[in-house]
Amino acid sequence: MNKRRKLTDKLMTILPILSVLITILPLISISVYLVYKGVQYLNVQFLTELPKPVGQPGGGMANSIVGSGIVVGLAGLIGVPIAVLAGIYLAEYGRKTKLAAVVRFFADVLQGVPSIVIGIVAYAVVVIPMGSFSAVAGAAALAMMLIPFLTRTTEEALLTVPQDVKEAGLALGQPQWRVVLGIVLRSARGPIMTGVMLGIARIAGETAPLLFTALNNRFWHNGLNGPISTLTVQIYNYAISPFTDWNGQAWSGALVLVLLVTGLNILVRTLARSRYSERS
Amino acid sequence: MMQQLHKGHLGRDSSPGAQGEHKQDKRMLAATIQDRAFKHISLLAALAVLALVVVIVYQLTTNAWEAISRYRLGFVLSSVWDPVFHDYGALPFVFGTVVSSLLALLIAVPLSLGVAIFLSEIATAKLRRPIIFLVEVLASIPSVIYGLWGIFVLVPLVRQSQPFFQRWFGFLPIFQGPPFGYSLLAAAIILAIMIIPTITSLSRDALAAVPNHQREASYALGASHWETIKNVVLPYNKSGIIAAVMLGLGRALGETMAVTMVIGNMPQISASLFMPAQTMASLIANEFGEAVSPLHVSALMEIGLLLFLVTLLINVLAKFLTTRTKHKGVQK
Repeated sequence: MNKRRKLTDKLMTILPILSVLITILPLISISVYLVYKGVQYLNVQFLTELPKPVGQPGGGMANSIVGSGIVVGLAGLIGVPIAVLAGIYLAEYGRKTKLAAVVRFFADVLQGVPSIVIGIVAYAVVVIPMGSFSAVAGAAALAMMLIPFLTRTTEEALLTVPQDVKEAGLALGQPQWRVVLGIVLRSARGPIMTGVMLGIARIAGETAPLLFTALNNRFWHNGLNGPISTLTVQIYNYAISPFTDWNGQAWSGALVLVLLVTGLNILVRTLARSRYSERS
Repeated sequence: MMQQLHKGHLGRDSSPGAQGEHKQDKRMLAATIQDRAFKHISLLAALAVLALVVVIVYQLTTNAWEAISRYRLGFVLSSVWDPVFHDYGALPFVFGTVVSSLLALLIAVPLSLGVAIFLSEIATAKLRRPIIFLVEVLASIPSVIYGLWGIFVLVPLVRQSQPFFQRWFGFLPIFQGPPFGYSLLAAAIILAIMIIPTITSLSRDALAAVPNHQREASYALGASHWETIKNVVLPYNKSGIIAAVMLGLGRALGETMAVTMVIGNMPQISASLFMPAQTMASLIANEFGEAVSPLHVSALMEIGLLLFLVTLLINVLAKFLTTRTKHKGVQK
């Protein structure tokens, strides 16, 4: 190899390394700021109290943290059963049908729909008929985002279960639905649970679909039919506010959000892992 | 096939005699009914996914109808957006969305391809795993947190860097204007950071699909590492990489919160990267809550419909590209 080719080779292989470093830079910056700024307003008060009126120091995001839990939990209650059943249809009953192909196609494409669009659709479908912003509307919007993703994850998880296992169940005289629920779904519950957690973590971080559905609330929510505060919307409102006190609380809220979401993820993953080892 | 299998089953605890057979028949009937019911419930759930598409299209179209029928094509050509005098044109937002997303691609594509090449062609197995993990973490950060970081870290950085650009390149219109910080450039940078994980992981898949004998053949011909990457690995699965870029673009076009928080939200078309602008998504986030007049709501719904259709189109195209490469892989 002549010198020039050798040199270009060296130089050009440095570029990918450089791009890795540049890509990781923002991640480091975000993590450092999240921890450094986040801990400043993070205390017991922040986790247990309602927001204080403008100008009064202190107060917290207790209502937003609980609100996020309610809205996301409700979205899971709506979305998970539908998505898992749809996944069962795609993997078991309609595997090679045209309908399944169409459902698969749209489930994939729906994942790319901007979340703000889902938000205004949920506004039109739930908020207008109900006559009020509500936790239910927010949950409906998040469920609309969860279902396409989880349908495909469930399907893929079910497809990993070997055919012999199913046939063994059928040979024992089990009706097909018992085989699907008792054997196929059970064997695939690990990857399905991982999918559920990933989906929940994803929707827990969503803000745009909640802006015009769950809205926000400076107090505790009053039932599921009224506006409710969520952590993400509260972070947004506090971040764009002109008050340094609120800006600081936005960082603490962000830290709590990240800890909750990743904490949940790690918890479920380790739980699932220990269960498996127990069984085997 | 499976149904036939279970229809021909023998009860485990079947007792001889007519009574036992009768019992078994009953149980089999019950099983068939339960089977049918369960199948139909799961079918219903699958149809719910399709219903979702129908609901989205129907709601957006009907709610936007007032604006659609009033402005027709003029909606995307007019640059006046004036809720006070009830005049709505989407051009500044289309401009903001397209320019911020394309700028984001300009930054993100080389970096993502660099990371993907590093992961698939250069890195050792030991290095690969932590970097993949970090890229995944980058993908999992909620967009409102990117926005928060944008407001307090990125926007001041853009503001401080502007005098430098003006001093050396101030003759170019793209660097002119007062230093706001909240700008098209800030939005493009934050979008780039957000779409790098998408493009990286998908193009890494595309590079991983390149068979090893292709690389070996190139080395055997005396090509260097870089020449192999450039001439063999990258061109082999071009459509996979294009699909990755398109999905990144789709994400950038629809991204709302982070952009809303750093772009400055002013409906204007300006040549300068340092001037505030507004995107279609950030417009909806800003105005939908305060829109009172039906026409205003309808115009915002039409913006949502346009956004939906454009991202739908991009995702469909990307999907066709990836399935095409899959077939290609099977043939080889």
